[in-house]
Amino acid sequence: MFNEELLTALPGIQSTSSFEDGGEWLTVYTTDWLHLAKKLRKHPDLLFDYLFCLTCVDWKTHLTMVYHLSSTVHRHNIVVKSKLDRDNPEIESVSHIWKTAEFHEREVFELFGVNFLHHPDLRNLILPEDWERYPLRKDYEDPVNMIKL
Amino acid sequence: MLEEIRTTEQDDLVINVGPQHPSTHGVLHLVITLNGETIKKVEPHLGYVHRSIEKMCESLTYRQFILTTSRMDYLSAHINNHCCVLCVEKGLQLDVPPRAQVIRILMDELTRIASHVLWWGAFAMDLGAITPFFHAFREREVINDIMEETCGTRLTMNYMMPGGVMYDLHPNFQKRVHEFIKLFKSKLPEYHELVTNNVIFQERTKGVGMLSYEDAISYGCSGPAARGSGVSSDIRKLYPYEIYNQLQFEECLEYGCDSFARYQVRMNEMMQSLSIVEQLIDNIPEGDIQAKTKAVIKLPKGEFYSRVESARGEFGVYIVSEGGTTPYRIKFRSPGFSNLSALDQMARGQKIGDLVAMMGSLDLVIPDIDR
Amino acid sequence: MWSFSKIAGIIDNWLNQTFSPAIALTIEMVLVGVLVIGLFALLGLVLVIMERKVSAYMQIRLGPNRVGPKGMLQSLADTLKLMVKEGLTPKGADKFLFNLAPFVAMIGAMLVMAPIAFARNFQMWDLNIGVLYITAISSLSVIAILIAGWASNNKYSLLGAMRSGAQIVSYELSAGLSILAIVVLTGSLQLSDIINAQANGWWIFKGHIPVVVAFVIFLVTVTAETNRAPFDLAEAESELTAGFHTEYSGMKFALFFLAEYINVFIVCAIGATLFLGGWMPLHIGSWQGFNHVMDYIPSSLWFFGKTFFLIFVIMWFRWTFPRLRIDQLLNLEWKYLLPISMFNLLLITIMAIMGWHF
Repeated sequence: MFNEELLTALPGIQSTSSFEDGGEWLTVYTTDWLHLAKKLRKHPDLLFDYLFCLTCVDWKTHLTMVYHLSSTVHRHNIVVKSKLDRDNPEIESVSHIWKTAEFHEREVFELFGVNFLHHPDLRNLILPEDWERYPLRKDYEDPVNMIKL
Repeated sequence: MLEEIRTTEQDDLVINVGPQHPSTHGVLHLVITLNGETIKKVEPHLGYVHRSIEKMCESLTYRQFILTTSRMDYLSAHINNHCCVLCVEKGLQLDVPPRAQVIRILMDELTRIASHVLWWGAFAMDLGAITPFFHAFREREVINDIMEETCGTRLTMNYMMPGGVMYDLHPNFQKRVHEFIKLFKSKLPEYHELVTNNVIFQERTKGVGMLSYEDAISYGCSGPAARGSGVSSDIRKLYPYEIYNQLQFEECLEYGCDSFARYQVRMNEMMQSLSIVEQLIDNIPEGDIQAKTKAVIKLPKGEFYSRVESARGEFGVYIVSEGGTTPYRIKFRSPGFSNLSALDQMARGQKIGDLVAMMGSLDLVIPDIDR
Repeated sequence: MWSFSKIAGIIDNWLNQTFSPAIALTIEMVLVGVLVIGLFALLGLVLVIMERKVSAYMQIRLGPNRVGPKGMLQSLADTLKLMVKEGLTPKGADKFLFNLAPFVAMIGAMLVMAPIAFARNFQMWDLNIGVLYITAISSLSVIAILIAGWASNNKYSLLGAMRSGAQIVSYELSAGLSILAIVVLTGSLQLSDIINAQANGWWIFKGHIPVVVAFVIFLVTVTAETNRAPFDLAEAESELTAGFHTEYSGMKFALFFLAEYINVFIVCAIGATLFLGGWMPLHIGSWQGFNHVMDYIPSSLWFFGKTFFLIFVIMWFRWTFPRLRIDQLLNLEWKYLLPISMFNLLLITIMAIMGWHF
């Protein structure tokens, strides 16, 4: 199965990651994202060159970055997740590995407040530049514009 | 770091294209740094129609949230809805009756044609030819009428629902679609005559907005924007949903990497969509149009991702469920957002007049980008 | 039968009998001025409605159809609206130049009207260097555009004006060369001579293929000179919003708008005069009977018929073609049109010297 393939392709990955085979795709939880990302992109058996979805989920206790990757060569998919501290969320930017991440990371930055280290141009993309809080976090309140159902 | 990026040389001319500009098709705001007529940098500023649909969906039920997606990519509302219902059905592990599946595909493909036809007119208008726009609307109107009969609306259809479709087809549907197929087949050569074979049009689009194979992948481009660079990215072929794997159609690939290649992909796609409609229109199976679902849908705890091929590219819905009646978090992967990120790469070093040719060939729909 | 020249003659006689020659001349000049302005207003209205109807026909729509019979008064209503609108001057604009520009555009267009022959013996000023005068004055229009673009204090306007400057200056060369072709054949710069030389056939028929080539080049270049699609880079709606007149509103905008249509009329009138014989009816060599029948159609009808046919062709261009890019536009001129028209002029000169034309 794909799980084993990944393990044989990337020895030493277990120390920082854990796997979950449920659902349709393999999910990897990682703490060393940049290292893993480079390997996923470069390894000839993996070649995950297509980042089609990048987002973040607020779990109230922590944030989780979710990366959906696929390979245009081997046509396999993988989901990589990384747990972040909610008070001071920081993660390495992957915009130099997948260029599309530049925009997606800017979006996550302004909506969740995740700080992407080494991002070339990290500033608000959608919200006005002086916007302060992070709208997609669960504790966001806006008495004017939000309607509670 | 910010300062460094924003400072420009003294001779540079910084102009704002948009948010009110005839060729940004909505409220896209591009800050362009020019050297004479040559583009040095394009910086999109988004958010003028940002309604935070993702946040809104967190307080809507699984039946309600589908309706908001019609308002994102309003030109392929059916396809957006389709992706959402697929995701919910995946969570419920629901089997959709074959009739509903066929109806969905028919609607998807008609929407795709309508969207591409409108794009064709708008693209020609961006390049300064206004007449094709009106000719495009003539054909689009026919599809809109067909949609109106069955769905009740012309733009935001809200026709799909978890488990099937909302109503059965209108009795006139098949007759009307047959008429449309006949009409469209007679009009498509006109399109090529008026625009495709025009020397000025080819001059304006060939070699403009080059997006290499590697860049198209790296920028996460999908749909015609990627296929124009030779990247095979048709979700209908790669990860078939509904009964697409039983249908005969081809993925349209072009290898020109320029605006003209993307143009041709869309023109060919219209023919492919038409052939799908032709294959299905006389073979709509009888039976239910809905599977039985509970009145209140509760998705099991977990994460679900579904992807479809919308008119602009890969549309994805990522639902994180906590087991309740509303999604815990929803992410819409909109094709326009990723495609737009490639604009800067395409535009550098080109003339400002070409910017509209590039934007047009990406087929940007701003509410789809902003969400 | 009444004709324009007869009416003009009667008025001239009456004025000279009633007043002293100096006063008569003054009154005539005032009359001509009023008539020209009247003609301008009328042409503006007619051409705008014509453009809208032509485009509507090509775009399978109806066009204006509410004001007046079949919408014929629509442009009158539009003019009224533009007149009562506030003419804004943007902050930071050079106020004097900003307000001057539309008038320069109008005056430039008006001046070219002088030597045009509208009908047999009906001409304001038959000066002996008519063609030279036309080419000289028609290049004034670029000044208006440059002033407007510069004074608006708007980047779009400036870009549009710069484009227009490059475009008009380069396209004038080919336009001039194609006009020269006719001058070479006629041997005169005077418009009346040129028209009379076409009494036995229009130049486009008499001059073989080289004149047809010159005519095509003329049509292309004047389309560019009047800033109309596919060469409307100065305005380039989808790129520069409205180019050089982005900041103009109300009547000032209307003057630019009017000047564009007047320019279209004028270049088409010149094209009709040079290549299609102006007011000269369709004559074929020595077919006396046929020529006589043709003479029964009034000369003014011939002139306006030909002019409006050319205007229709130019409108047809506009509603069919996409716009060129600035570098392609200049390539077209400097790499193709200019060499072709130079070579063509050489051919025509040889033809004229050897007397090969009819």
